[in-house]
Amino acid sequence: MKVPGGSPEEALTIAALTNAAKEVLEGAFPPIWIKGEVSNFTAHRNGHWYFSLRDATAQLSCVVWSRDTKCIPAPPDEGMQVMAHGQLSVYAARGQMQFMVRAMEAEGEGLWRKAFEKTKAALEKDGLLDPSRKRMLPRFPQRVAVITSPDGAALHDIISVIQRRNSGVEIIVIPAAVQGETAPDSLVAALDRLARWRGADVVIVGRGGGSREDLWAFNDERVARAIAACPIPTISAVGHEVDFTIADLVADFRAATPSAAAEAAVPVLADIVAGIRGLGDSIRAAAELRVRDAGFTLRQISRDLGVRSLRSVERRRSRVQELAARLETLSPLATLARGYAVALNENGGALPSAALFKPGMQFAMEMRDGRVHATADDVIVRADRGPKTDDRKQRRPSTGAV
Amino acid sequence: MTFEQNLERLEQIAASLDRDDLSLEQALTLFEEGIAKLKAASAELAKAEGRVAKLVEKAEGVFEIHEADDRG
Repeated sequence: MKVPGGSPEEALTIAALTNAAKEVLEGAFPPIWIKGEVSNFTAHRNGHWYFSLRDATAQLSCVVWSRDTKCIPAPPDEGMQVMAHGQLSVYAARGQMQFMVRAMEAEGEGLWRKAFEKTKAALEKDGLLDPSRKRMLPRFPQRVAVITSPDGAALHDIISVIQRRNSGVEIIVIPAAVQGETAPDSLVAALDRLARWRGADVVIVGRGGGSREDLWAFNDERVARAIAACPIPTISAVGHEVDFTIADLVADFRAATPSAAAEAAVPVLADIVAGIRGLGDSIRAAAELRVRDAGFTLRQISRDLGVRSLRSVERRRSRVQELAARLETLSPLATLARGYAVALNENGGALPSAALFKPGMQFAMEMRDGRVHATADDVIVRADRGPKTDDRKQRRPSTGAV
Repeated sequence: MTFEQNLERLEQIAASLDRDDLSLEQALTLFEEGIAKLKAASAELAKAEGRVAKLVEKAEGVFEIHEADDRG
């Protein structure tokens, strides 16, 4: 009886044996979780990862095919204790037992943390986490874009909170996958669409709560960069209060939940209306005050002007009266009117002093109602008296001569 | 001018009117502008019509807004 491999004639080829061994192994072990320490990790150019998992007494070759690396947050570190999920098999080309890893976790969320820190460092290096990049949210948005799953509870929460606060705000939904392998590309595409559209005042990017894997798209570096590049202010709203993602770090505002994001994005309409009314009241009051002030000033000036002009007329009038009075007393006509006469020489010049006369001199006397020509009989000049008394002395004989 | 710009201008005007270094003419000009902004902002507020819609890109760079069912 011929048995395969039972005799030199029935010798098996290597390919046949390793294939048979592979089938036996794969049949005996369904996909399982194994644990061990990572050593000799290599990320090959072709995208596959190669490493060994070992403990004190044994080791096992492991591979992660390129397409499966995407499901693992980050490559493990050398010496890291990990749990790997996969299929035990045989790698025929090397005649080696090999474990094909589909998923991997590290103690204490080590891989997630590592991936998170790595992405954070990359963004930090490009200045995308700089607090000075954070923009103010618009105070009165009229159009709020929401990038999330169209079927999620998050969208429902956001819409109901916004409509309760201000029913006049328009909500534009840009649907995106928020979990699974396609989520990062889908989120990036939605952010890109929003950036090109530019029709919204602010955007909320997020989703409701879920497992760490569910939220992982929001730790994706490309998603983070798309959020950072968004031309309008961004609000991240991923999961619950305790969930902190890379998207939260790059967004202009991190809301703890989707409802909180809606509250941050949209002010209450009644508050806006009250604010506008208050502003109207305050400018009206300020303008009225200004007009009242101006009116008061105007009245004051006009009153002042009246008083001043009255005073100046009064001053002029009294001056005129004063001058008139002085003129009156100084007028020679007034003296004549009182009955006095003025002696004039032949040229009509006044002769106010006896010393100007000579006996026999002809002179005239100007009086109120005419002129008298006379001749001086005798002239007596009193040496001890001023010319004024001379006048008096002179007049007498003259008058007497008429 | 957007609603937000109108309101910001209105706030500036209110602050300016509170200062004393304005002439009456400047104050009245500002006041008139303020009343106009107030009207514009109130009209904008009355005009705002809330809705829930979906952004749809028909072709590269051609956007349409489609009415969505109101989930609120």
